[in-house]
Amino acid sequence: MEKFSQHTGVGVPLRRSNVDTDQIIPAVYLKRVTRTGFEDALFAAWRGDPEFILNQDAYKAGSVLVAGPDFGTGSSREHAVWALKDYGFRAVLSARFADIFRGNSGKQGLLAAQLAQEDIELIWKVLETVPGTEVTVDLAAKLVHCADVTVPFQVDDYTRWRLMEGLDDIGLTLQHEAEITAFEASREAWRPRTLPAKHLPPVEIVAARPVVRTGDDALV
Amino acid sequence: MAGTLAEKVWDAHIVRRGTDGAPDLLYIDLHLVHEVTSPQAFEGLRLAGRPVRRPDLTIATEDHNTPTLDIDRPIADLTSRTQIQTLRNNAAEFGVRLHSLGDADQGIVHQVGPQLGLTMPGLTVVCGDSHTSTHGAFGALAFGIGTSEVEHVLATQTLPLAPFKTMAITVDGTLPPGTTSKDIILAIIAKIGTGGGQGYVLEYRGEAIRALSMEARMTICNMSIEAGARAGMIAPDETTFEYLKGRPHAPEGADWDAAVDYWRTLRSDDDAVFDAEVVLEASDLEPFVTWGTNPGQGLPLSARVPVPAEIADENERVAAERALEYMGLEPGTPLRDIPVDTVFIGSCTNGRIEDLRSVAKVVQGRRKAESVRVLVVPSSARVRLQAEAEGLDKIFLDFGAEWRNAGCSMCLGMNPDQLAPGERSASTSNRNFEGRQGKGGRTHLVSPLVAAATAIRGTLSSVADLGADVVPPDGSPLTDVRGDLQHA
Repeated sequence: MEKFSQHTGVGVPLRRSNVDTDQIIPAVYLKRVTRTGFEDALFAAWRGDPEFILNQDAYKAGSVLVAGPDFGTGSSREHAVWALKDYGFRAVLSARFADIFRGNSGKQGLLAAQLAQEDIELIWKVLETVPGTEVTVDLAAKLVHCADVTVPFQVDDYTRWRLMEGLDDIGLTLQHEAEITAFEASREAWRPRTLPAKHLPPVEIVAARPVVRTGDDALV
Repeated sequence: MAGTLAEKVWDAHIVRRGTDGAPDLLYIDLHLVHEVTSPQAFEGLRLAGRPVRRPDLTIATEDHNTPTLDIDRPIADLTSRTQIQTLRNNAAEFGVRLHSLGDADQGIVHQVGPQLGLTMPGLTVVCGDSHTSTHGAFGALAFGIGTSEVEHVLATQTLPLAPFKTMAITVDGTLPPGTTSKDIILAIIAKIGTGGGQGYVLEYRGEAIRALSMEARMTICNMSIEAGARAGMIAPDETTFEYLKGRPHAPEGADWDAAVDYWRTLRSDDDAVFDAEVVLEASDLEPFVTWGTNPGQGLPLSARVPVPAEIADENERVAAERALEYMGLEPGTPLRDIPVDTVFIGSCTNGRIEDLRSVAKVVQGRRKAESVRVLVVPSSARVRLQAEAEGLDKIFLDFGAEWRNAGCSMCLGMNPDQLAPGERSASTSNRNFEGRQGKGGRTHLVSPLVAAATAIRGTLSSVADLGADVVPPDGSPLTDVRGDLQHA
């Protein structure tokens, strides 16, 4: 994972609250089996609207998203983070993040920085008054700078440390493999195992077929 | 020290306690896998040369993408077919048990775990799906994770997790006729908001919760995530044990006795302290429906579509205006006057056998409204088999509904079961987000009873709206649908 200590880029004001992960990336894009190339899927439903913020030239190259509260709610899809990253975003600023989204972000090197809503409003004003204004997110100092606005943000210490060091979670955990093995030895016998598989007797499943309708019963 | 249910389960799984702000490393008892959030995780393992640490604590099923028609033919959508084939290849390569389309144990992952008896009290359960909270109904600590975490669990059978807060949600009293556990959870979300549970594990308790069947409890825990919560839990009791006993993977003999002894300790101590408490009176509830584009935008069916101008909070007002525009609704319209095009009965929220029975009781001997398309999609192939054994399929077909094979289906429209732009649904699923059920589709979340009544009248309706003649042929109350999926 790439180290993250400070980032400066064009700020994108997204004046919406409750931006759920279905809006960030609709389910239809989740069928891919790769880990990259989701930039076209970001906010797909809104991108068709010429007025949408990312369709405006000044904001197109944005890399710091400044969103309303409750960003990333809903589905756990990590594709939401991939889509934001693939598009070029390095940080999202919001007054409140959904837990799963925040966790997913930290693992992928996307900074989810929590600001007070009134500070978000201040930054929105700057970004809307002077489109294309850059925002600097300083993870070391936990500060956001945007024109003459400088405000603090929150991120938990552990995520901050991992982002700044660029550390991979699995590698960190496997340093403690002996402890995992010791824990496994203490697990009770009643805890379930999926293998060997136990089943009810196999039964044939009949495939449903499309209903053919005629006359008065035809579907609209 | 006194502890809550969630704290007890957490503490029993700490492999390594975090220090200096680092999270605790938690052991995961059961990892459920499906085709959508796993390909990139397996890809990561392959790239790093890592095996699946515990295939015997992992189980996979195909659900999100699977068609509900023609399941014995090649999947028409090429990307869906690729994703499902990728899961089949990964399961074979890494030695993971998989229930594929056409297998009697195939179905929505949150139905498959419980029906096989793999979901139990006191477990940690994870899945790359936010509705993993469903399994909390058994007193398990169960939550959705992202694909990186899926890879982490596959590789290590553990997860580093930051501590959570606890919220007690007490539901007193008795549910009135015509209301269900779906109405309880929609009312809770409307009360605390889609962000109200953020950072919390919710524990549902109280008389109304205790009275619910396992399946009804699953509906409540399932939608904990729609309040933003990490997880939802219900302390196990006799209802839980009765559901589990005799299922294929339930403990047997001395193991069963040891398990039940331990499970009885899994309750919040009387002097346990919660970080937040919410109280709700069940007897005040009416059937609930959503009018907007998030699950918190819900009201009793007797209410009217809100008037945004009357909402004081600016963010909420703007959100309501946007929602009404998307939903194509006029402020002030009685919710009962809203006509729907499609009724969807299914999903991990309300696609279980009791849900199908309650719908069948309402629609038996009737015809659906002409203009409405009705889709009934069981949550698993076993649920479909049981419904057919009980003759429910005939009731649905005579009613004019379509009887489909199992899967997530129109809940999220990853398969061909989608709403057309502008089409309006009453759906027993869990999310009314913009475009969730198909681009431009408009979703009203409802209980199975409201779905059934709506399919008959063509507008959002409760069973009471059908008049006094709604007495099922056997004379039993509409909500008397108990009796779990057969397992003996």
